[in-house]
Amino acid sequence: MNWWYPTLPPNASSFGGEIDSLFYIILYITGAVFFITEIALVWFLLKYRHREGRKAVYIEGNTTAEIVWTAIPALIVVALGLFSQPLWSRIKVDIPADAIPLRITGKQFEWHIKYPGPDGRLDTGDDFTRRGELHVVVNRTYSFALGSEDVIHSFFIPVFRLKQDALPGTSIPGWFRATETGQWEIACAELCGLGHYRMRGRVWVHTQEEFDQWQASQARPAAADTTATPPPPTRRRAP
Amino acid sequence: MAHAATVHPHPEHAPGQGQVGVYTQKLGMWIFLCSEVMFFTALIGSYIILRWGSVEVWPRPQSVLNIPLTAFNTFILICSSVSMVKAFAAITHGDQAGLKKWLVVTCFGGAFFVGVQAYEYWHLSHEGFVPGGFVEGSELFRRALEGHIAGATGGTIVPAAANLFGSTFYTMTGFHGFHVTCGVVCMIWVTIKAFRGGYTQTGYHGVEVVGLYWHFVDLVWIILFTIVYLF
Amino acid sequence: MSTAAAPVAATHHEHHEMSFVRKYIFSTDHKIIGIQFLFLSLFFLLVGGLLAMTIRWQLGFPGRPLPMGGLFPQTMAPNGMILPEFYNALVTMHGTFMVFFAIMPLLVGVFANYLIPLKIGAPDMAFPSLNMWSFWLMIPAGALMVAGFFVEGGASAAGWTGYAPLSADQEYTGVSTGQVLWCLSLIVFALSSLLGSLNYITTVINLRAPGMTWFRMPLSVWALFITAILGLLAIPILAGALIMLMFDQTIGTHFFLSASGGQPLLWQHLFWFFGHPEVYILILPAMGITSDVIANGSRKPIFGYHSMVYAIIGIAFLGWVVWGHHMFQSGMNPRLGTTFMISTMVIAVPSAVKVFNWLGTMWKGDLHLHTPMLNAVAFVAMFIIGGLSGIFMANTPVDIYIHDTYFIVAHLHYVLFGGSLFAIFAGIYFWFPKMFGKLMNETLGKVHFWLTFVFYNLVFFPMHLLGMGGHMRRIYDPNQYEFLQPLAPMNKFVSISAFLLGLSQLPFMVNFLWSLFKGKKADINPWRDNGLEWTVPSPPPHGNFAHTPTVYHGPYEFSHPQAAEDFLPQNQPLPAAPLQPGGARQETR
Repeated sequence: MNWWYPTLPPNASSFGGEIDSLFYIILYITGAVFFITEIALVWFLLKYRHREGRKAVYIEGNTTAEIVWTAIPALIVVALGLFSQPLWSRIKVDIPADAIPLRITGKQFEWHIKYPGPDGRLDTGDDFTRRGELHVVVNRTYSFALGSEDVIHSFFIPVFRLKQDALPGTSIPGWFRATETGQWEIACAELCGLGHYRMRGRVWVHTQEEFDQWQASQARPAAADTTATPPPPTRRRAP
Repeated sequence: MAHAATVHPHPEHAPGQGQVGVYTQKLGMWIFLCSEVMFFTALIGSYIILRWGSVEVWPRPQSVLNIPLTAFNTFILICSSVSMVKAFAAITHGDQAGLKKWLVVTCFGGAFFVGVQAYEYWHLSHEGFVPGGFVEGSELFRRALEGHIAGATGGTIVPAAANLFGSTFYTMTGFHGFHVTCGVVCMIWVTIKAFRGGYTQTGYHGVEVVGLYWHFVDLVWIILFTIVYLF
Repeated sequence: MSTAAAPVAATHHEHHEMSFVRKYIFSTDHKIIGIQFLFLSLFFLLVGGLLAMTIRWQLGFPGRPLPMGGLFPQTMAPNGMILPEFYNALVTMHGTFMVFFAIMPLLVGVFANYLIPLKIGAPDMAFPSLNMWSFWLMIPAGALMVAGFFVEGGASAAGWTGYAPLSADQEYTGVSTGQVLWCLSLIVFALSSLLGSLNYITTVINLRAPGMTWFRMPLSVWALFITAILGLLAIPILAGALIMLMFDQTIGTHFFLSASGGQPLLWQHLFWFFGHPEVYILILPAMGITSDVIANGSRKPIFGYHSMVYAIIGIAFLGWVVWGHHMFQSGMNPRLGTTFMISTMVIAVPSAVKVFNWLGTMWKGDLHLHTPMLNAVAFVAMFIIGGLSGIFMANTPVDIYIHDTYFIVAHLHYVLFGGSLFAIFAGIYFWFPKMFGKLMNETLGKVHFWLTFVFYNLVFFPMHLLGMGGHMRRIYDPNQYEFLQPLAPMNKFVSISAFLLGLSQLPFMVNFLWSLFKGKKADINPWRDNGLEWTVPSPPPHGNFAHTPTVYHGPYEFSHPQAAEDFLPQNQPLPAAPLQPGGARQETR
């Protein structure tokens, strides 16, 4: 995190990079507008400052200017909107069908993650739940059904550029695919009570082998919901 | 050099520029009624969204509410709007007696409406239908279960929807009733002023403005009655 | 060519000898009511600011006891250590006080009340008694809100946005009475606001002086008029939503409680359907004031007056169809996100048009950088940043990342503080002489401006960076997250800047209070401005105008080529145009 050049955190998901690109495109466009307008403003302040004998020029407006500076911003912003729409659809609307399913539930003040187990299907006998721990395999697509047991929470994984509000009484679908192995944090991004600030979770992105090892150590029915035993440390990325 | 009229401290008599041709108090009432439209839109709109956006089964209003009584009540309220129109017509023709008579009728109509609604609330809550929904095992809950509307899922009533019916019914009709009550108070005030000779053939703005409010409250009820009781 | 400006004691008083109480306390004079709003809302601005300082203390120095912390009760900050539940109440109440009890009453309660009748040539508002009620209802509203801090369970802690079901059921927050008081207070506030809107709209429509056509009204009046319409239509929605929420909290209804069938998203839709027009209520009057002050400070007509009016109307119209952009990630149907994104992008355009027109006004002007002008120019400069940052969050995919982070906090403070508050300062410095008959001190004004401008940017610009880092909102202790720990020095920097920003308001407070009593006497038109308010004494008498003025032209006839001065009040005819070849005179407007 630099003072002089803002950068986003590292990206570890498939669509995160596209979100970042959009962010920077907007940054360049708004940055250009910022410099042009603010420099003009300061320039006018200096150049047209009152001096003895100075008189303002009586100008009421300019219709051509009005048309130009209405049309050009309109074109830019609408184009930006239309350009971004496919990415939004891909992330929020088109949930991949062949993904590994997860059920994620927020509750004051932790995340419960239900895994489908080795058979890859939820609501079967080999499912198990972990609190605050999301373990996934790199380059595999996961879909999730997000819910809440009490109030509105928001499931936020910064390095995946993933965020979805969790509503009680509703199940909201989403998906992601992690592209880097490592360990990062999960946050809650919607005020949910006094423990909102500590509704923290962790996500581990494993290789398939590491994940299989971890899952094997989890899928004992009696062992579900016990205190977390951290898997062997993987190559750790800086947060 | 300025020949403009001397200012009068009472703004409603001051000369103005380009008015919409409506005197100030009436304009004010129309504008106020716009805000009331938005208020009832919030309540009625929420009801519509909650009910028709729900996949669950809602109680059939006819099996819970007393339609004949409230239909009659609706008729009385509409009649009071008619008497209000007659009161206004009377004063615009300088008919003081007519004004007083029809204002009194309007007051009674409004008070009758509020009275019946109070009775309706008392009866409903007694029989087990309250803002929170239905009381377990109560008479009205039984009737609601029998007369349910088959929803997308078919089958019996879901208590959640029953709860919401209570929430929405009491809030909408309650605030309407509150508005009618305020209207009755204003109507009584105007009636008393009429009896004291406070209105003339050229000075009747108070009657017209209260009349506007009264018609509005009537109109909201017609909409409410249709959407909540009859659907 | 004499005007009705000679200070003539109004002789038409039928109100005769009014007691002190009727004249200054329960007054129906719009000027007194405007000043009452000024004192009340400056007080709440201070309260909101102190709440902000407390929040920044926790974020800059988490875990360190507050100075003078012993004054806080055990339930809030035992031994000065702010509790998480109290922190949530702090962020809630900071937002609530600032939006409803500071910025709205400052922009609307003060300037709509004070300026509208004067600027349109009317003796008072259409309904002066109702106007009095509008102010006095703010007292119980404010008292109810403050009372939240003193009841068991503390003040509302569900955010100023009050999302349900967190706000609807006390078991989720531990706050019971405080949450109900929040709802009740805002319902009373809504009534006050509604009565005000009613007055402003009726007055502008019906009480304009002869010659004051719609397109001769100053932009401040246009902005306040359109704002009043927004308020008239949006605030009842809030009232309805608050009633439903309060019923959920108290009488057992289930509107927003999903456990018993309610819909939490319904609260969000209702709140933001109100909430988006609300933010335009918070900015349009500021834009209007800025226009008046920049034209005055540039000694030049507003560039593109008609476009400016259409832009105000355009912003107001579009403001009704963008509310979903607060809900992109809410679980609302994502397809709706696209439509809201497009409408939100489009609403940037009229705001951009206004910025260009302000720049056009300054271009080739004769810029007098008095304190009001400095603040108005700062409005433009900061609003550019606030508006541009809005484009990021209007973009649905980018919003996935920045929603509910400090990027949003940066944006809202750039438009509300960098925008609205600087414009409020501009307005107070500009109209203080007219209100009180005294001049404020220019030097102190400039000191206040520069200190505020510098520290304000040091506080809020880094918040964009915090948001980019993923720093969430409303987080009591960011150090709980490893990925936020590197941002701790930036949080500390922001907090220290915030304390200095707070101290920077002292010159303003001193200037304001001192000038009330000891300021130099203001004459009738110290800013050499064109508005009708500058044609009557400072302060104006009850009834404003001894004779109803006649208006001859628009409000921005500065540096007119044929005029003797570089300004031309609206009640003075335009100077005769020179003869064209052939003997015809040019048309006057």
